[in-house]
Amino acid sequence: MNNLLSKIARAGIVTETFKPLTDPELDRLGAELKAVIDGRFAGSLAIRQVDAGSCNACELEIAALGNPFYDVERYGVHFVASPRHADVLLVTGPVSRHMQAALLATWEATPEPKWVVAIGTCAAGGGEFGVNYASCGAVGNVLRVDAVIPGCPPTPTDLVRGLLSLISR
Amino acid sequence: MSAIRTAVNEERFAVTDRLTGRLQSLGTPEFGNETSRAGAVGPALLCPVGPDDWALAAEAAAAQGCRWAAGWGDAQGESWVVNALLEKSGDYLLLRTVLPPGRNDLPSQTPHFPGAARPERHVRDLLGLDFTGHPDDRRWVRHQAWGEREFPLRPDFPLAGHPPAVTAPDRGYGFASAHGPEVNEIPVGPVHAGIIEPGHFRFLAVGETVLNLEERLGYVHKGIEKLAEGRDPESLARLAGRVSGDTAVGHAWAACQAMERAAGVEPPERGLWLRAVFAERERVANHLNDIGAICNDTAFAFGYYQFSRLRELWLRDNLRWFGHRLLMDRVVPGGVAADLPEEAISAMPGAIATLRRELDELKPILDEGTIFQDRVVGAGVLPERIVRELGCLGYVARACGIGRDVRERAPHAPYDRLGIKAVTRSDGDVAARLYVRYGELLASLDILDQCLRRIEPGPLRAAWRDPPENAEGLGLVEGWRGEIATYVRFDGTGRIARFFPRDPSVFNWPALEKLILGNIVPDFPLCNKSVNGSYSGHDL
Repeated sequence: MNNLLSKIARAGIVTETFKPLTDPELDRLGAELKAVIDGRFAGSLAIRQVDAGSCNACELEIAALGNPFYDVERYGVHFVASPRHADVLLVTGPVSRHMQAALLATWEATPEPKWVVAIGTCAAGGGEFGVNYASCGAVGNVLRVDAVIPGCPPTPTDLVRGLLSLISR
Repeated sequence: MSAIRTAVNEERFAVTDRLTGRLQSLGTPEFGNETSRAGAVGPALLCPVGPDDWALAAEAAAAQGCRWAAGWGDAQGESWVVNALLEKSGDYLLLRTVLPPGRNDLPSQTPHFPGAARPERHVRDLLGLDFTGHPDDRRWVRHQAWGEREFPLRPDFPLAGHPPAVTAPDRGYGFASAHGPEVNEIPVGPVHAGIIEPGHFRFLAVGETVLNLEERLGYVHKGIEKLAEGRDPESLARLAGRVSGDTAVGHAWAACQAMERAAGVEPPERGLWLRAVFAERERVANHLNDIGAICNDTAFAFGYYQFSRLRELWLRDNLRWFGHRLLMDRVVPGGVAADLPEEAISAMPGAIATLRRELDELKPILDEGTIFQDRVVGAGVLPERIVRELGCLGYVARACGIGRDVRERAPHAPYDRLGIKAVTRSDGDVAARLYVRYGELLASLDILDQCLRRIEPGPLRAAWRDPPENAEGLGLVEGWRGEIATYVRFDGTGRIARFFPRDPSVFNWPALEKLILGNIVPDFPLCNKSVNGSYSGHDL
């Protein structure tokens, strides 16, 4: 227990202030974001992540948003286990045809108002996989997409910036 | 053998005897040594087998204690070529049979190698080949995206296929069932509750105790084998790096190694050392991730935050020094696409020492965490017998005392100069899989130190030259999950005719169905995380 407590004390708080947020433009966006989240979502924005066929790299970077450096929950953004609790669907991958029905069912299960964000190069445009017998390609080929965050995979900072710009518009 | 011999046509044994002779020569210096390209698919020795002897060859190989390492089919003109890769003591043997035009059945090897069951179903779904005597006639990778009589890997099947506007959800898969007042059936997925890949699990539980688990995968099949056809080497390496995004280095290295062996291209020394640096950095990042995630699944938030903090620092170094957090597209045909910058030469030893010190500090905290230990010790025990039957790989095998590690048993450059010793434990439970990862973290840090000391200035990449038509090669690399086996065959224009990447998850996923038995349903996430199979790498 002593080891544990002393490790906690020595590691300290590593949570970073985002550079983009210290940028005056993004500070403004951040303030708007906070206002939007406070007004429409009572202070929190619930996200359901759906892997619709990705190689798993995008999942790794989305999951990194929960590590102590990014800790996105402090912005009122949190990841939920069910689409029924979600405001936003973060969809990754080219949509594999085997996941098409599951993605549509997940979208149906998400209450209005809802947004769909396509995460990563594959979700944005099909990436290395494109459209083929097994892949529908971009998420936009299956669902109406409200925002795209490209990158292979997008870094956690790209993801935060993308979410800010979606929610504050 | 002798009991069967009395019952079967003597003539058919001529082939098997030749095979047995070759199998017995496993371990001799000439085996696996690429002295002659004839009769070899580098680095494996090629052993032709008649279609009717396919199962007998498997039986002989099983009797010799071989491991079934991969199986794939290849439509060449009017004929089908079917391959099975075997391994024993680090030597590889490729069984190959050619089916004459019009024949589409082959005896199944599954009765002799249970690990072959899903790979044979994969071949059946994609190529339309029937494996007679296969114990499971259900489809596997095929759901509803293409018809029952359509086979995507046949030459007459267009890449675009003939898909419906909306592919129907998969129905009518005959899951195992059990009936009784106490038995509950619990379907999970394909969309899971966390930030993870999709797949379906069907539990049969009595109370909370798991009576049976059946996996239904194939949800992220995106046509990788078909998509590879016609690509040039550069673009194949890019695709290989996305077979499983957490194994970008491992799969790209295996694909490049296969292409280089086919083309006779030798990557330069510096390129090889850098590949090892990338591969070990990938191993470290993923093991940190998994240890943190296992902690998280036991509600030990401290462990999750500490290991995810260490991983993040490690990935930031990847970005700073090599230009990509997950090191995608850094391994390319003929060498590497990123050099070791001065900054990394001066800073990496310090980062390694810091991580080693932090790991040494965290280990006693895990060891002393009684609630944590209570969850991981004795959970999800995998018997060693199952590891041998299924041919499990990586930390899943090594946690059961089976030291399968390509870097030790069949070391390719530069591991042949490093003298790697596989890290093993013997308990086969979640704790053993966690501590094997822990040991491998420390071992990887030592390897990285050695790489940095030994890397010399020089070129990063050898010039590519197109190989002749049908040139083929195997890539065999120890990815962070275990052995990756990749096959590549070229066409006559320097482009890819066949690409088959076999992720270690193929043999570790079925182990999850076994190790969960008798555990409680709430321990499934923990057991699953301790195996951490790749869905994308499995589904292709």
